[in-house]
Amino acid sequence: MEIPGIDRRNLLTQLFPSPDEHLFISGLAGPARDAAALTADGDNLFTMAGTMGAAVSMGLGVALSAPHCNIAVITGDGELLMNVGALATVATQGPANLSIVCIDNGCHGETGGQLGHTSHRCNLAKMAEGAGFSSVMSIASPHEIAEAADFLKAANSPRFLLVHVSNGPPSDYKRNLDPAACRLRFQNAYLKDLKKSP
Amino acid sequence: MNPDKNDWPGQLFKQLIDAEIFLYPYIPDAGNKKLIECAEAYPEARPILLTTEEEGIAICAGADLVKRRAVLCMQSSGVGNCANFLSLVNGGRFPILMIVSMRGDYGEQNPWQYPMGQAVEPILKAMGVVIFKVDAYEELKNAARAAIAACYQGGGQSAALILSQKFLGAKAF
Repeated sequence: MEIPGIDRRNLLTQLFPSPDEHLFISGLAGPARDAAALTADGDNLFTMAGTMGAAVSMGLGVALSAPHCNIAVITGDGELLMNVGALATVATQGPANLSIVCIDNGCHGETGGQLGHTSHRCNLAKMAEGAGFSSVMSIASPHEIAEAADFLKAANSPRFLLVHVSNGPPSDYKRNLDPAACRLRFQNAYLKDLKKSP
Repeated sequence: MNPDKNDWPGQLFKQLIDAEIFLYPYIPDAGNKKLIECAEAYPEARPILLTTEEEGIAICAGADLVKRRAVLCMQSSGVGNCANFLSLVNGGRFPILMIVSMRGDYGEQNPWQYPMGQAVEPILKAMGVVIFKVDAYEELKNAARAAIAACYQGGGQSAALILSQKFLGAKAF
């Protein structure tokens, strides 16, 4: 059945048509499933299944440590709000290679769909602007996704893209939940690529 | 000539740089002020001002994902803010190094500091972090060396260098 508005399940493939060109960090729950579906739980992705609020900071750590790579953080409205101060830290550091995509479904989908702050008065795009991001875009219609993909490519980094999605399930993708195995997988793939690059 | 006791931040910073630690996420504290100034003055080092200490845990873990090294510098109260994020460190075998400047132990004059100060070691131990405590200048070099070795010799261990108020001195109120 088609869902009006943006269906999150086919969002990331349109935003990142060449996912191999990025290193991805995702927060827990729905965004992790969507990111795992995008990369087939690839070794250029580290997803979380706990530590709510860690994704933006972890992405910043990768971005500052691998300045020659494109880093994308995939987070959700609840995850981002749990450590929203991290946006100020990113803006102050100003990494040249970091995009943050916030999939805003306005609720806590993983725990039963309880309404979140963005269903009330909270606007995360304004919070990103307030934190000091100069590249901020907010979309709510499928027709805007192509423009958002261009924004992620061309706007000055760091970039913050807020995507208001329809109330629907995330991608149905079972990913590896062993953080130690996923850490080694990510590191080994990164080091292998590093050897290949000139 | 013996090294100058008062320049312990400079000596500690040199040990960290020699260990190829270049990112310094921190929450400002009197105990890490000079260490962070050393990082600010060193071209390859990058201090990262945080809003809460747990961000620093995730930043250090992100650096590790691409085989770079970082150290989280914080006051003892920040350890409480890190507890949940240490599950990433423990479960993921991330070798995260922390430097904790203590409040709420010897000579503390602010009663608000005692509860968290006294909970630092139990929390770190509960989350699998190895502790190296410094009570005197003479202990600093070896304790720092031990903490660095614990992290980076390959076992995926996290470690905390704890600078006590016996060593740092207590803040007057």
